Amino acid sequence: MIRPRLLLRALLAVGVLMLAGCATQPGYDYSAFRESRPRSILVLPPLNDSPDVNATYSMYAQTTLPLAESGYYVLPVTLVDEAFRQNGLTAPADIQQVPLKKLREIFGADAALYIKVTHYGTKYMIISSETRVSAEGKLVDLRSGATLWEGRATASSAEGDNNSGGGALGLLLKAVITQIADTLSNRGHPIAGITADRLLSAGRPNGILYGPRSPKYQKDGSPAP
Amino acid sequence: MRHLSIPRGRLALGALAVSLLAGCATRPQPLYYWGDYPNVVYSHFQNAKGQQEQIQALEAIREKARAKGQALPPGFQAHLAMLYGQSGQTDRLAQNLEAEKQQFPEGAPFMDFILKKFERKPAEARP
Repeated sequence: MIRPRLLLRALLAVGVLMLAGCATQPGYDYSAFRESRPRSILVLPPLNDSPDVNATYSMYAQTTLPLAESGYYVLPVTLVDEAFRQNGLTAPADIQQVPLKKLREIFGADAALYIKVTHYGTKYMIISSETRVSAEGKLVDLRSGATLWEGRATASSAEGDNNSGGGALGLLLKAVITQIADTLSNRGHPIAGITADRLLSAGRPNGILYGPRSPKYQKDGSPAP
Repeated sequence: MRHLSIPRGRLALGALAVSLLAGCATRPQPLYYWGDYPNVVYSHFQNAKGQQEQIQALEAIREKARAKGQALPPGFQAHLAMLYGQSGQTDRLAQNLEAEKQQFPEGAPFMDFILKKFERKPAEARP
């Protein structure tokens, strides 16, 4: 039986949380970003601090969408990766060491995005399991070398689980089911997609600014409109 | 029946919370038609899909985008160009790189870099 009061409380809590998420927090200094006005972004293959070897390309494949929808031209990641390969560079750690001048020369991009995946994987516990992906990003101007923006984001499969009812047996069953699901498919991949979206979508608190191809270009980042 | 009598004020607050949620979630129209493109890219990185399979999937997405009158995302035609290039169809390679350049002049320097590379060694193209 659904208890309306509980439901109402949960809804209220979610609403307040979303409200908090909506409000623009003061804090990030966007002056360098605004001055640079990058139009194109070269995303480099992400560093991977997790033990899962899939993390780099799982994240890399999902960075274009949020950046492009935020109004930037994103250099084609498959061709960028191939270009590095042809030059003997396959490790993200080596690629992220390439001098800015060289990157600018080959790719002609205005800015480069350096990503590090700090967590990627599933933690198995007795009662439940959680798949979590965390990442950090840094946007650097390839013409001036200035850091334009830095941020981080996390997403977890357990985010919606807090209010699920059921006794201990129900929970235990759920844990077994999620563990099976987690092992069968690469469950980190969709979670990484959410992390990439949170990290790289414009219009989020302390997030990147909208790019020239967005109708919201130069209308954001300042105190809420 | 205690829990059924919810004060009106609370109900209103709940409704407000929900409407705020909706307001927050509302996004403007997407700039591009993505279809299954991000998954094709991921399968390319994993070597899970061959060139022909990817080409077919991407051409189908291009058709759908055209039918809907929506733009293709950045890198789409460049990736398709590379696939054609790797399967020895240099005319289609050039055609798709030009299309990417035309749609996104910001990408022109890199597209020219790729074009030059393939022009220099067309005979090496893999079958």
